[in-house]
Amino acid sequence: MNRHTVPLREVASARTGDKGNISCVSVWVYDPRDYEAVKASLTVERLAQAYPALWRGPIQRYEVPALHGLNFVFHDALEGGVNASLNLDFHGKSFSFLLLALDVEVQRP
Amino acid sequence: MTFRIGAGAGFAGDRIDPARDLAERGRLDALAFECLAERTLAYGHLARMADPDKGYHGFIERRLEAVLAACVRQRTTIVTNMGVANPRAAGRIAVALARRLGLKIRVAVVEGDDVTGQVTPDTFLPELGRTVREQGLRVVGANVYLGIEALLPALDAEPHLVITGRVADPSLFLAPIAHRFGWRPDDWQRLGAGTAIGHLLECTTQVTGGYFADPPYKVVPNIARLGFPFAEVEGDGSGIVTKLDGTGGLVSELTVKEQLLYEVHDPSAYLTPDVTADFAGTRVQQAGKDRVHIVNASGRERPALLKAIVGFDGGFLAEAEFSYAGAGAVERAQIAAAIVRERMAEVHGCREVLRLDLIGVNALHATAIHRPAQTTDVRLRAAMRTHDRRMAENLLSEVESLWLGGPAGGGGYRGGITPSVNTQPIYVERDAISVNVEVLQS
Repeated sequence: MNRHTVPLREVASARTGDKGNISCVSVWVYDPRDYEAVKASLTVERLAQAYPALWRGPIQRYEVPALHGLNFVFHDALEGGVNASLNLDFHGKSFSFLLLALDVEVQRP
Repeated sequence: MTFRIGAGAGFAGDRIDPARDLAERGRLDALAFECLAERTLAYGHLARMADPDKGYHGFIERRLEAVLAACVRQRTTIVTNMGVANPRAAGRIAVALARRLGLKIRVAVVEGDDVTGQVTPDTFLPELGRTVREQGLRVVGANVYLGIEALLPALDAEPHLVITGRVADPSLFLAPIAHRFGWRPDDWQRLGAGTAIGHLLECTTQVTGGYFADPPYKVVPNIARLGFPFAEVEGDGSGIVTKLDGTGGLVSELTVKEQLLYEVHDPSAYLTPDVTADFAGTRVQQAGKDRVHIVNASGRERPALLKAIVGFDGGFLAEAEFSYAGAGAVERAQIAAAIVRERMAEVHGCREVLRLDLIGVNALHATAIHRPAQTTDVRLRAAMRTHDRRMAENLLSEVESLWLGGPAGGGGYRGGITPSVNTQPIYVERDAISVNVEVLQS
């Protein structure tokens, strides 16, 4: 097995939701064998450094091993939320693709 | 005994033809329509203030007309929050529609979510850390999220249609399920399982292939004709989520998993008025083409307090756009942006936050990343929030003035001013709420 660096989008899907000024993104690996590797790559510390101007507040990560999923909650991450944001996409629906653009390290034969 | 429940709408603007298809071919026991986003209700209050007979869902007639005859014929109970800020007026609209269609129906109108009268200048807004008075904005209305407790008595009357205002989205589905199976109000395990089913259905096509396609990784067949979902629910709260044969889209383990955690924070503590639902141990298994089996969702005791949303007058959102194309388009659009920024500040004395995006270069992700410009077809977008209508108009005028006074070759002006509402959550005691059910007949 060798380590390979790939964009998250090649090995997982993601979906964004919003509540107020909080954005949440769930991440689902296509192959359960990548779950541990993706989990190791997508740490809270890593995400906090990824887009600091957008994801300004605390970040929580919930693991859902039964479904091979990770759920991220980004506080103060919607440019004020629907009440205040001037972003065309004030729900942050497109933010899942910011996560999917990040590189992760996976094991491949 | 299996209970068959479908989703007829997942938001105020949802499609109508898939609901008609589901009503006609789904052999459903119940069909729930969710038409009320967080801020929609505040707009309903504004409409009701302007006209006491209004304030309900604007598409109520066309939505109900598409399904009502089939639902009455097959004894499918419709449950909906299309009452928005005026459930009683919505009930009268439904009765009038039924008469016009020659249908005899009973409509149960459920009121009690409107808690506007309980909001005072001293009401504390926990997310802002200050009171309504300190917030300084006009209160438009306030509504509490009701749960199945409010809907179960209405279902006792065996209505064809239950119309209410603010109800937690999954409760619209959980109520008819719990009513049919006679679940106790403290049967947290089953209420949690049923909440998972309701949560999966409440956004219609988001579980049948909508908000999903990302080729080549995720491919959705017949994507323009996505079917709305329904569930076959068992007495223990487990069930199969599926869609009608011949409709577009797909129901797969992945569409279900993505939707299971949609807008969920802690997967083991999804709070509704009915239960603290626990989705963390849920098992999701393909059980045939477009059939996914959901088991092991669970729950614990419900939250003590009810959440309510207070809507405030948020002034105006002003947006205006202008385009440049061809060689140097990005540079010309940047000059246009600088013109708008300078003139708003210096000619109009504008102190509001002004956002200037270059659509085609960097707009939605502009705050997160800075991308080099490579396009030759770019659209300037200016956006601003203000309580000053005149300043909103100034922004539109400044962008429109780029016709004659901006860089070379600019065109395609569009602009608009949208009234805006702000929302803030508050939490209220359950015994401060009184629910009223009224049954109307056609």
